[in-house]
Amino acid sequence: MTPAPAGKKQGKPMELDIVTLSRLQFALTALYHFLFVPLTLGLSILLAVMETVYVMTGRAIWRQMTKFWGTLFGINFVLGVATGIVMEFQFGMNWSYYSHYVGDIFGAPLAIEGLMAFFLEATFVGLFFFGWDKLSKLGHLLSTYAVAIGSNFSALWILIANGWMQHPVGAEFNPDTMRMEVHDFFAVLFNHVAQTRFVHTVSAGYVTASVFVLGISAWYLLKGRHIDLAKRSITVAASFGLLSAVSVVILGDEGGYLASEHQKMKLAAIEGMWETQPAPASFTLVGIPDMEARTNHYAIHIPWVMGLIGTRSLTQEIPGILELVDKAEDRIRSGIVAYDALQDYRAAPSREAVPPESVRAFEEHGDDMGYALLLTKYVEDPRNATEEQIAQAAWDTVPHVPTLFWAFRIMVGIGFVNVALMAAFVVVSARGTITRRPWLLKAAVAALALPWIAAEAGWIVAEFGRQPWSIEGVLPTVAAASSLTVPTLLFTIAGFTLIYSVLIVIEMRLMLAAIRKGPQPDHGPEAPLLPARFVPAE
Amino acid sequence: MILHELLTYETLRVIWWVLLGVLLIGFAATDGFDLGVGMLLPFAGQTDMERRVVINTIGPVWEGNQVWLVLGGGAIFAAWPPLYAVSFSGFYIAMFAILAALILRPVGFKYRSKRESARWRGNWDWALFVGGFVPSLIFGVAVGNVLQGVPFRLGSDLRIFYDGGFFGLLNPFALLCGLLSVAMLAMHGSAWLVLKTSGPVAGRARRFGSWAAMATVLLYAAGGLALWLFVDGYRIAGAIDPNGPSNPLAKTVEIAPGAWFANYAAHPWMLAAPALGFLGALGALWSLNSGREVRTLLLSKLAIFGIISSVGLSMFPFILPSSVMPGASLTVWDASSSHLTLFIMLVCTGIFLPIIALYTSWVYKVLWGKVEEKDITEGGHAY
Repeated sequence: MTPAPAGKKQGKPMELDIVTLSRLQFALTALYHFLFVPLTLGLSILLAVMETVYVMTGRAIWRQMTKFWGTLFGINFVLGVATGIVMEFQFGMNWSYYSHYVGDIFGAPLAIEGLMAFFLEATFVGLFFFGWDKLSKLGHLLSTYAVAIGSNFSALWILIANGWMQHPVGAEFNPDTMRMEVHDFFAVLFNHVAQTRFVHTVSAGYVTASVFVLGISAWYLLKGRHIDLAKRSITVAASFGLLSAVSVVILGDEGGYLASEHQKMKLAAIEGMWETQPAPASFTLVGIPDMEARTNHYAIHIPWVMGLIGTRSLTQEIPGILELVDKAEDRIRSGIVAYDALQDYRAAPSREAVPPESVRAFEEHGDDMGYALLLTKYVEDPRNATEEQIAQAAWDTVPHVPTLFWAFRIMVGIGFVNVALMAAFVVVSARGTITRRPWLLKAAVAALALPWIAAEAGWIVAEFGRQPWSIEGVLPTVAAASSLTVPTLLFTIAGFTLIYSVLIVIEMRLMLAAIRKGPQPDHGPEAPLLPARFVPAE
Repeated sequence: MILHELLTYETLRVIWWVLLGVLLIGFAATDGFDLGVGMLLPFAGQTDMERRVVINTIGPVWEGNQVWLVLGGGAIFAAWPPLYAVSFSGFYIAMFAILAALILRPVGFKYRSKRESARWRGNWDWALFVGGFVPSLIFGVAVGNVLQGVPFRLGSDLRIFYDGGFFGLLNPFALLCGLLSVAMLAMHGSAWLVLKTSGPVAGRARRFGSWAAMATVLLYAAGGLALWLFVDGYRIAGAIDPNGPSNPLAKTVEIAPGAWFANYAAHPWMLAAPALGFLGALGALWSLNSGREVRTLLLSKLAIFGIISSVGLSMFPFILPSSVMPGASLTVWDASSSHLTLFIMLVCTGIFLPIIALYTSWVYKVLWGKVEEKDITEGGHAY
């Protein structure tokens, strides 16, 4: 076991340095952006479902529903757009070395997101709002589909980019350009970490929208207002929400399984698993992880469960934090060899002039070079690092365990609550007894905030849990930031905080006002698209 | 065979330089009129109803138009990573100001007319003005600074260091470029308003548009003259391999007066760009009062095309010169993505850009026609 590095207090408050402030700003703007995105993802699909029913049956109530939930969608959507622009430029602004180092791979999915998804979504969202009287029913329905497809594809490309940060595949370091370059684009595209995270994230968005529709409809039923609209909305939201909530849990589990393959440290930190346990490992249900003592207090274990989640076997071991720190230390030493060899590449006038032993050393140790960069936090040239600094850097690979431990449990707990809530609503909705279950309606209203808490907690597990890496195993966050100054960063953090705070207050008030106002009266029924005999009686 | 080697690295780099221009021009020609309309909002619309008409001319389209900016950011990241990294971290505070101003637009459009209060609406009108004026000004100021060279250095590991500050950006030449950008987009916004409105709003838009077009012509001429007299250009000294690896430190660059005009001397056909800049703006000025509203808008787009192209052509092959470490300047030949990434992104662009053009044209066709007061009072969907 590595001795605890001297002078390194894990629990001390963060210093206000450039990297910390840049991270703070990124977390602030990303978490804020992610308040609006999940609802957009899910509600766009619910709108498409509702409008499809309207077009097929000609029943005006479904058009009224589409318009009403569409109004709320719009209030939410604009803030997602406004804060998304910030995300698009922030990598260059605050993470310029990151942008240089991995732009060759990371930039592509962002650009394709614009080309394939965001253009579609943003161009047709105007027709969704302004096209009711200008388009045929089918034309408008197609616009709504375009918005739903666009926003969901948008999430796909963003998560392909993010999946690469978690599990960088298909790229290698090019000493001539001092950066990572893509050699297998399909590996980046079909990165199974990205695929899993995509389905998990959009499903979470669908749950968010379902809970949103459910909660507001339940409030209407409790108040005895807009009964028709609320009941139908509940039927749609509960069935869609149940499927999605189950999908969130299953794909979350898949994510855990993949993490055991690619992000062992994140998984160990989530579980607060300090020591490697004999297989199958037990799952720590609750406890108080202690970064100083490197153990959990008052822990309650469930035998076998962790082994099953992490390895899907009863025989495979899951490494604990302490073992992983030892491994990280080995990789740091190996990375220093690569870093040293790289200097010969840089000194050589041409590739042919690089000493063969350096070429061999770089080929052998190049994959660990990112670990050597962990040392740049303590020393300019990793080759000059002391033993103590190497030990410190190895400990830096442990994310803040209590944060991850609790964020994960909050997220999973809410995930299961959502499954139960949706299942209950599907049952009472099918039986037609929903108005006789006020306690369930109250529960739905009370549950309104839960998906947002889960989504933010999920972001923390995924991205805070990736630390100290910006690109897992390739580029540490400390090496990724721009060379800005502390006052500059404090200024922009204050600026974003101010603007975002004002806007969320305005947004919430407009949202509440629109909910209180309720759906607006609409014109009478119209002819269904389907032949009359296929339209079920109301 | 490896597919991406069908096109040489050099060819792909030139194509991506052209596409960089296409994206910037696409942004200025579409979202540019949204920015221009934002600037004109408090003046072209005097009553609340007039202002709602003004807002609703762009209400359904600005979101799609703004994607040009987002796509521009993403495409620069993908095709020119060093440009993305150096420019946005260097122009940090300026970028923050642009983003802060742009954030006001989506919310301004959507939220303004959701409450009756005159004060609420008045505040949002000024927020929308800021959301149009500030980005227009800063984009121009940024271009003015790029033409003069930007004070950045690169370490041997290509880490970026920026020596300047925000106020250093506000030098006379850059401010001149900023004003040109404001005038150009105000002209464009006016041309759009003339097309989409009638009555007093269109009348005011004609008046503002005429002033803006005149200002565009004068400022563009002044900018060209100042560039000739006061701004030194950059040129690559010695050889550079257009197919070489993207490492900006492998070349030598010298600063020379008049270097930004060398391309026009060597390739006179390039003079078409500044000529179109002048002709477009003069044409828009002449056309504004003719009743040929579509033609006016197209001429205004032509001016934008000419003016932006002329900046790119003057600087070619430079895309971001460094004033403090000229050798580290970013050029077309050493600041791109890898050969493979450029190829993949070209394929994606080749597939999706025509599709985008198709559905965007369809949307504009659906929304064709002037916005009238009844469009706002009836239906209940208007902003």
